[in-house]
Amino acid sequence: MTQQSSRLLLVAAVLIVGLGTARHFLVPKTFGQRGHYRAAAVDAIEKLPIRYAGREACALCHTEIVAMHSKARHQSVSCEVCHGPAAAHTESPADIKPPAPRTRGYCPLCHGYDPTRPTGFPQIDPVTHNPVKACISCHNPHAPEPPHTPEECGACHGQIARSKAVSRHAQLACVQCHNTPEKHKVTPRLVHPEKPRDREFCGSCHAQDARSPKEILRIDMQSHNARYLCWQCHYPHQPEGD
Amino acid sequence: MDNPKRNSPCSEPPVSDSRREFLHTFSLAAPLLLLGLRISAVEALAAEPEGAYNARDHYYGMGIDVSKCIGCGRCADACKNENDVPREPYYFRTWIERYVIGADGETDVDSPNGGIGGFTSKTPDKEILRTFFVPKLCNQCTDPPCVQVCPVGATFATEDGVVLVDNDYCIGCRYCIQACPYGARFLDPRTKTANKCTFCYHRVTKGLLPACVEVCPTGARVFGDLKQRNSPLARFTRFNKIMTLKPHLNTKPKVFYAQLDEEVR
Repeated sequence: MTQQSSRLLLVAAVLIVGLGTARHFLVPKTFGQRGHYRAAAVDAIEKLPIRYAGREACALCHTEIVAMHSKARHQSVSCEVCHGPAAAHTESPADIKPPAPRTRGYCPLCHGYDPTRPTGFPQIDPVTHNPVKACISCHNPHAPEPPHTPEECGACHGQIARSKAVSRHAQLACVQCHNTPEKHKVTPRLVHPEKPRDREFCGSCHAQDARSPKEILRIDMQSHNARYLCWQCHYPHQPEGD
Repeated sequence: MDNPKRNSPCSEPPVSDSRREFLHTFSLAAPLLLLGLRISAVEALAAEPEGAYNARDHYYGMGIDVSKCIGCGRCADACKNENDVPREPYYFRTWIERYVIGADGETDVDSPNGGIGGFTSKTPDKEILRTFFVPKLCNQCTDPPCVQVCPVGATFATEDGVVLVDNDYCIGCRYCIQACPYGARFLDPRTKTANKCTFCYHRVTKGLLPACVEVCPTGARVFGDLKQRNSPLARFTRFNKIMTLKPHLNTKPKVFYAQLDEEVR
């Protein structure tokens, strides 16, 4: 072996050993086990404490309340939505009690009127709705029912009621157009009110030959866009036509 | 010089001096080389006990039905409780935005304290065309830009599809915060490291739901496993028309929105 090649080999060996040693000390221990990251970091995140126990944990002890709650309107509302994180309570039930919000401030977070909320979601105006009284004095939060069946549709359909109130249709009762079964008030999402189906329904007031007061706007049912249904252009709760 | 290969059957042809020397040097260097390049795959397989959580069997995603969100902000509140997120109104792993699109075409977006204290419902001073709430969080991208830019490999996507931050190795350079097109990251003021939604990784690996999904009162948030055909998320993506946020960036988000408006960015 020539002198040059033996020296080159020596340099190469020193480099390789140096790199290997540096890598051993610089690269974290569990790096690259599962991917381009430290596997120990994932394990550390997995071990973080749990604060919300989950509704299944509550059901293990509070069978009576859960039985009532699981059939009621609030069935989709998990226990810890109102009672807060309860994992600590499940570990020492006697010492740590989860709070229950009893003030008027809490329920309007969901049920205060906001035009952005989906139509039909039950909403009230917290300022005018029985001021000062606590919500739970009339409503059972585990199985909420309206204290009496809503007399006006606007109790739930606030947005529609507000539009209609300032429209030309303000004087019309909802049931004039929506034949509403009594059961809709008790199980609103199972039994739906009817809606008009054809042009002739609107025509019973707005056609040329309709038997209605003279002030009501008339159209010619034959020539006025006969291929469309009226509510494809006119919003019946706030009709635009003039 | 002693040749270690003398007794092996391969050493029959005459071995020249220089090759012998090379083999000798190499046989000294090889163990050190192997020490550096540890055979990590074998180690990983050996470390896994039977029946334990296996990340390779899962691939998580979330569905959000915009039309079901009532803007109560319980998700954002629960997220802060569960994950010990600072209470100041600048730090959120998830938050709610209220979109109000006026008849004049102007879009107003607000999110007071992430929606935690509710939205101040006022009678709108202009005519509303459309209005809705949009819950936002880390989109857990399949191709996450935040992971690409991290200079120290401290943020990464796990095998089950969750983008996490390695708190011990994050140097707090904020590149990932800049790179995230969804504004889903923040710098934790206490640790000075990047912080973000983990899909509640500590919960989902134990079979629990993420805190925001657990407390959503209307079921607007759906969590599930994309590798399972019968998960709630699989059903959600089958029966809804799905949009993701900023699809043109090719980040391939795993947060799927139903009933999303084009105004939402």
